[in-house]
Amino acid sequence: AMGRTMGLAGLLMGLFLVSAVLVSTSLRHGAPRAEPGPKPAEWEDASGAGPEDSLWPLPQWVRTSRRQLQLAPDRFQLLHGAGSSAGPACGLLQDAFRRYYELMFGQSRWRKRSRRPLGGRAEPELLQLQVVIESQHSGCHSYPHLGSSEAYHLTVTEPVAILKADEVWGALRGLETFSQLVHEDDYGSFLVNESEIDDFPRFAHRGILLDSSRHYLPVKSILTNLDAMAFNKFNVLHWHIVDDQSFPYQSIYFPELSDKGAYSYNHVYTPSDVHLVIEYARLRGIRVIPEFDTPGHTQSWGKGQKDLLTPCYNEEQPTGSFGPVNPILNTTYDFMTKFFKEISSVFPDAYIHLGGDEVNFDCWKSNPNVKEFMKKQGFGIDYAKLESYYIQNILDIVSSYNKGYMVWQEVFDNKAQLKPDTVVQVWIENNYAHELSSVTGAGFTAILAAPWYLDYISYGQDWKKYYSVEPLNFLGSEKQKKLLIGGEACLWGEFVDATNLTPRLWPRASAVGERLWSSSNVTDLEDAYKRLTIHRCRMLRRGISAEPVFVGYCAHEAR
Amino acid sequence: ENPPQALPCTQLLVFVATPDCDGFPNLDSKESYNLSVSEGSLLLSADAVWGALRGLETFSQLVGRDQNGTYYINKTEIVDFPRFPHRGLLLDTSRHYLPLRAILETLDVMAYNKFNVFHWHIVDDPSFPYESSTFPELSKQGAFNAMSHVYTAGDVQAVIEYARLRGIRVIAEFDTPGHTLSWGPGAPGLLTPCYSGKHPSGTYGPINPILNSTYQFVTSLFQEVSSVFPDFFLHLGGDEVDFTCWKSNPEIRAFMKQMGFGEDYRKLESFYIQRLLDIVSSLGKGSILWQEVFDNGVKLRPDSIIHVWKTSKPYMEEMADVTKAGYQALLSTPWYLNRISYGQDWMAAYRVEPLKFKGSAKQKDLVIGGEACMWGEYVDITNLTPRLWPRAGAVAERLWSNASVRNLQDAYVRLAAFRCQLLGRGVQAQPLYVGYCENEFSG
Repeated sequence: AMGRTMGLAGLLMGLFLVSAVLVSTSLRHGAPRAEPGPKPAEWEDASGAGPEDSLWPLPQWVRTSRRQLQLAPDRFQLLHGAGSSAGPACGLLQDAFRRYYELMFGQSRWRKRSRRPLGGRAEPELLQLQVVIESQHSGCHSYPHLGSSEAYHLTVTEPVAILKADEVWGALRGLETFSQLVHEDDYGSFLVNESEIDDFPRFAHRGILLDSSRHYLPVKSILTNLDAMAFNKFNVLHWHIVDDQSFPYQSIYFPELSDKGAYSYNHVYTPSDVHLVIEYARLRGIRVIPEFDTPGHTQSWGKGQKDLLTPCYNEEQPTGSFGPVNPILNTTYDFMTKFFKEISSVFPDAYIHLGGDEVNFDCWKSNPNVKEFMKKQGFGIDYAKLESYYIQNILDIVSSYNKGYMVWQEVFDNKAQLKPDTVVQVWIENNYAHELSSVTGAGFTAILAAPWYLDYISYGQDWKKYYSVEPLNFLGSEKQKKLLIGGEACLWGEFVDATNLTPRLWPRASAVGERLWSSSNVTDLEDAYKRLTIHRCRMLRRGISAEPVFVGYCAHEAR
Repeated sequence: ENPPQALPCTQLLVFVATPDCDGFPNLDSKESYNLSVSEGSLLLSADAVWGALRGLETFSQLVGRDQNGTYYINKTEIVDFPRFPHRGLLLDTSRHYLPLRAILETLDVMAYNKFNVFHWHIVDDPSFPYESSTFPELSKQGAFNAMSHVYTAGDVQAVIEYARLRGIRVIAEFDTPGHTLSWGPGAPGLLTPCYSGKHPSGTYGPINPILNSTYQFVTSLFQEVSSVFPDFFLHLGGDEVDFTCWKSNPEIRAFMKQMGFGEDYRKLESFYIQRLLDIVSSLGKGSILWQEVFDNGVKLRPDSIIHVWKTSKPYMEEMADVTKAGYQALLSTPWYLNRISYGQDWMAAYRVEPLKFKGSAKQKDLVIGGEACMWGEYVDITNLTPRLWPRAGAVAERLWSNASVRNLQDAYVRLAAFRCQLLGRGVQAQPLYVGYCENEFSG
């Protein structure tokens, strides 16, 4: 709270200075423009656009003026401002300064740096962007979490631009926005329009789900994706790391899991791979939430952990095949206790995703010992009760390690006893609005994935349908609506690996990114099209092989 | 089980009966070959070099590597030839520019799949990247960026030669009279000015078929194109001609009256196409046209090839109609690979049977093959390769292999293995389904 007040004072100061200079301004609250814009010329290069046209996702409040400032790569600096609680010891910001410097000026490295004054132009020079972290607890050396502040205030005016944020996470978001404002003119000069931006995310949980079990994803492809996520202000990597088909996670306590369960020794994530992903994400303000989905989706676990899975029966005889995790054995829970102890310590986020989706009861029903157990427990023939019994135990185990958990909606639907801070992920497309009402009506936090299964490709501009989703379009009280904390774009891996991941995810996921960050009234598809095509070209320039939105071209095509 | 001590194989002897090493492949080229691998003897024999190329590809697919890293090959006898002589792939470089190396890489993978025609849909409405020596303004005014998003004469020759070395014909398509908006800026007066009431609206439509200047232009352009592209065939397009603009133009209406065409604008289209066909024929080239030209009753030359692509009526009916009228046919309708969807859609492409229509044997003989099409509205170098491969491989087998080769399970196993082989050859081919390859694409 205190940080915001100081920021406000600074804002008023800045406004006082700036207002004298602003000649004409263009204000964008995210409301549709007063005068109808021209129909986007779909085949034109995006360079003839106004300054706000380069922003994605659209900030909450933007004011830009026609007045431009020049930047000289040789002299321009990103640095810590006076009064910031972060300084040169803040590795996260130092890293970000270097990264954003490269992103803004890196392309023009071919130009010989000369000591000439800024050639030709009359515009004043912008010498610095000062970053001021206002909260005592900057977050520099910690991990981002659900409650992190990602708000920032950016004032771009000569000679020095100021980026204020409560915590470093807001500074990262602000740096991204600033880098989107800087553009090159026809002569290769770097320019930025005088502007003021006040921004914060609409939803706190904005995630991408990657599936590294159906296909192994080399670490490099995950890191590239984290870069792209940062360009789109996503802040959660939901790492669906293992599943039926393969178990690439190299466990320290149970090395056999990946030894026997990965596709091959080359198709594993070593502890150092995992740490790399976590740290790379942290530096971009991205949480890494691992998902160890049980009791279903666990075929690969059985290869390296004997007796973990339920043996299926045909009449009296085991068939040799296995079903979900065996919920009736103590050994199961001994294993899970130890396994989740490891997971809790390896992954620093406060949450672990425990899955719980699509549990097929056939195998349990066929197993005489399971049937016996059902009888003893008084579950009758309601196997959902057995599923809940299992999940309950896992939830308790994970809680004991002080982690919160996320679960797929079935866990809620099948009435397991959930802790109040459980996050329920709604994924079933059919009637998802109704599900959101139920989940939030029961007092649980929810995240929405159902309309954003990006692995479901189709011909045409499907980004529009992702963009047009309004997450809060469900029946519920104000209080309930607050329980929807965000959503995730999911890229399941049945048909996806590093050969097609990036173009399939981007820029389609960008549509989801804006829906989760920007104001709910930012819905104009024509304006979004214009900005998205510019954003896509920018991603290309930054080395992300985002696929085209429609017919056209970028000044810098992919390499 | 210990395999018998493998004898080292040191040479693959390639014997070609009638080498035409410096020639260009054509529709009649012989692509058959025999491959014989036995103890101490590796022999590839073919009538023509084109068969040798196909045989070398097959040979390369037979070579395996065991877990010790040793290369080996099984004793093998292969007699092979393509079922259809025209097995093509269409790339669209107008909706999105494709840099030269994307085209060259595609040609490489086409060769791995025994495709033998590169159908280059080089220009269209959105952009004109082809640098014409006769009409340099066409690309200067019509390309997305005249400096960077163009194909120079050198690029075009590079593509043609690269293709030739792989036994691939390059058939260029300069689609007219529709699909020509990008021609307008560089050729004032070429396109029909559309009218809004009594006045020009400022927009343009298809090529103006009533002006002599049009035919002078077309003659000059196709003269150049005919000499640049050595293949006997040119694709002249002729699809999706929107008559609205013609109808709105008073001069065209007057012309219609004059010619006694009434209100039937297909007759005007026909008038244009026929003159175009004559021009192209006089330049010593054959023509391939999209099916509308046939559907609209245009009077064609008997050796015109009709390219079937529309979904408005069952394509097998169209194939029957086209061949019944005595024209050769190419099938593309079920092979629009740009139309992506969730799941293993390669199977639908594979299941297609090009000759499954009611017709005589003579008619069936007129089906010379087909083409997988990768239209460019949503495709550029960022997603071209994974979108093309291995899906196009399903079309490749359908066009090369025997009609009886249809088992999907067997095809899956072979195509999945082939996909891993493509990865090993540096091709960013996407997965067919869940699984893995020894060496993944690193990203």
